[in-house]
Amino acid sequence: MTRSVWLSLAILLAVAIATPLIGSSHIELRRALAGVSPDHEILFYARLPRVLLALLAGAALSLTGVLFQCLLRDPLAEPYTLGISSGGSVGAVIGICFGLPAIGLLSLAGAGIALLIVLGIAFEGRRLSSFTLLLAGVTMNSISLAIVLFLHNLASFSQSFAISRWLMGGLDAVPYSTLAWLAAAVIPVCVLVIARSRQWNLLAVGEEWASSRGLSTTTYTVLGYIAGSFLTGIVTSLTGPIGFVGLIVPHALRLKLGADHRMLMPCSFLLGAAFLAVCDALSRTVIAPTEIPVGVVTALAGGPFFIWLLRSKRRSLWL
Amino acid sequence: MSFRARALSFAYGLDTATFDLPTSGFVTIAGPNGAGKSTLLGIMAGLRHPYKGECTYRGIEIRRWRRRDFARQVAFLPQSMKLEFPFTAEQVVFMGRAPYADGWFESQKDHEAVARAMATTDTAAFAARDFRSLSGGEKQRVILASALAQEPDTLLLDEPTTFLDLKHQLAMYKLLSSLSKRMLVVAVTHDLNLALRFSDSVIVMESGRIAAHGPPNEALAPTLIDRVFGIHSELRDGWLIYDA
Repeated sequence: MTRSVWLSLAILLAVAIATPLIGSSHIELRRALAGVSPDHEILFYARLPRVLLALLAGAALSLTGVLFQCLLRDPLAEPYTLGISSGGSVGAVIGICFGLPAIGLLSLAGAGIALLIVLGIAFEGRRLSSFTLLLAGVTMNSISLAIVLFLHNLASFSQSFAISRWLMGGLDAVPYSTLAWLAAAVIPVCVLVIARSRQWNLLAVGEEWASSRGLSTTTYTVLGYIAGSFLTGIVTSLTGPIGFVGLIVPHALRLKLGADHRMLMPCSFLLGAAFLAVCDALSRTVIAPTEIPVGVVTALAGGPFFIWLLRSKRRSLWL
Repeated sequence: MSFRARALSFAYGLDTATFDLPTSGFVTIAGPNGAGKSTLLGIMAGLRHPYKGECTYRGIEIRRWRRRDFARQVAFLPQSMKLEFPFTAEQVVFMGRAPYADGWFESQKDHEAVARAMATTDTAAFAARDFRSLSGGEKQRVILASALAQEPDTLLLDEPTTFLDLKHQLAMYKLLSSLSKRMLVVAVTHDLNLALRFSDSVIVMESGRIAAHGPPNEALAPTLIDRVFGIHSELRDGWLIYDA
């Protein structure tokens, strides 16, 4: 059982070491480590921060995917189903349209407001069911997207370009200080979520099922939703909405590992990180020096892989 | 005494029910659709609230029980279960150990309880199979095994035989009957003959009220059946024969 986790960790480490060395211009590790320009700058200021961002974002998004699929008992749920990232997009697009600074922070604020609104709608007295959460979240999503479309419609040509770029999602090199606080926010929350895997197993079956086995379903649904929204909001404030990671990684792993969240969650965390870093490496190199938006790569690389996996379900791949 | 209800009412479907249940034995709840059977069972399982009146288990009001402590004493079986995710039968049974869970991994005690539950329900043969691939009868037995893994003093079952063929219905009732020697088993049922044959006492419900509560041959007297269900019935050789 734990073999899969170790294997996932090994794959993650291999990817984390290999992907910073891959890119549109060739660099030599020895020169980079010795501080020789430009290899040093390319490795440490262009590629490594970007790979680290990809790792953190991929881990958080695919873990959130597993969590939301479980909370909603919907295999098609993903981190963006419940309106958080589109709330974030509203914040970012308002920032772009009105020429405000700190687009990332505005996106975070938008995500936070969306979270509060969804919770406010979804609570019935002191109880909350996943069904009303889903309805509230999906409605929030539609309203936010409508606001984004409306603002996009009013935007100037250059603003419009910036909005499109944002909505596509993408990874850029960010300062190490930003990465440090991202890691400090994302990793502890992920650990807390993974630590509750046995409880998520109960909720993945159903609310009555969990409740009649001693779980406070409202508490776990709300905490799970807040944790997943926090992860999604904070990641998309830096990357925009990168699609498909939160859907495909959990699904592929569920096919291989089964539904037990004690296996599924740590492996999704580790391999989600690896998957996004690999997709980012592809996006930087396939038609270099032009970059493909990483959301396009996740769908184009992930989609066919997933179909192949679905069709070869009985064969063992590598786990 | 296990359950004690006094003037127990719910927003819909239950009106001033009063009864006492023993700590062991087989109690069936019968009645037409919408009579409040499942509502009553749901309140007893701690799943329907807020209710009005009084409903205690072992002297403590249901809503005052800590969920986890309650789950160690009372197990609830839904009518059916639709799973979205590929849990194996054994994983489903292991979830019955949640009220005892402390850590990340199952304890030796958990493994023993699950092995016993799967032996009792004869489900060990398909332990590793995807729950969703099992037949209706196998699913129902796995759900029962999961409830038994809770090591409860009381089993509450909502129409446990709805999706079972005749052979499996009988087998399920025989199993429940033997379990009821050492715990309280309360089952909602539509099959009056199974209730008549297997249960120690029957609660008959009619539009949210308890119409009769007593030994099966008294509670299921044809005159009462005829009134409550709007049919014509008679008792022949210990079996109820219905006739519209």
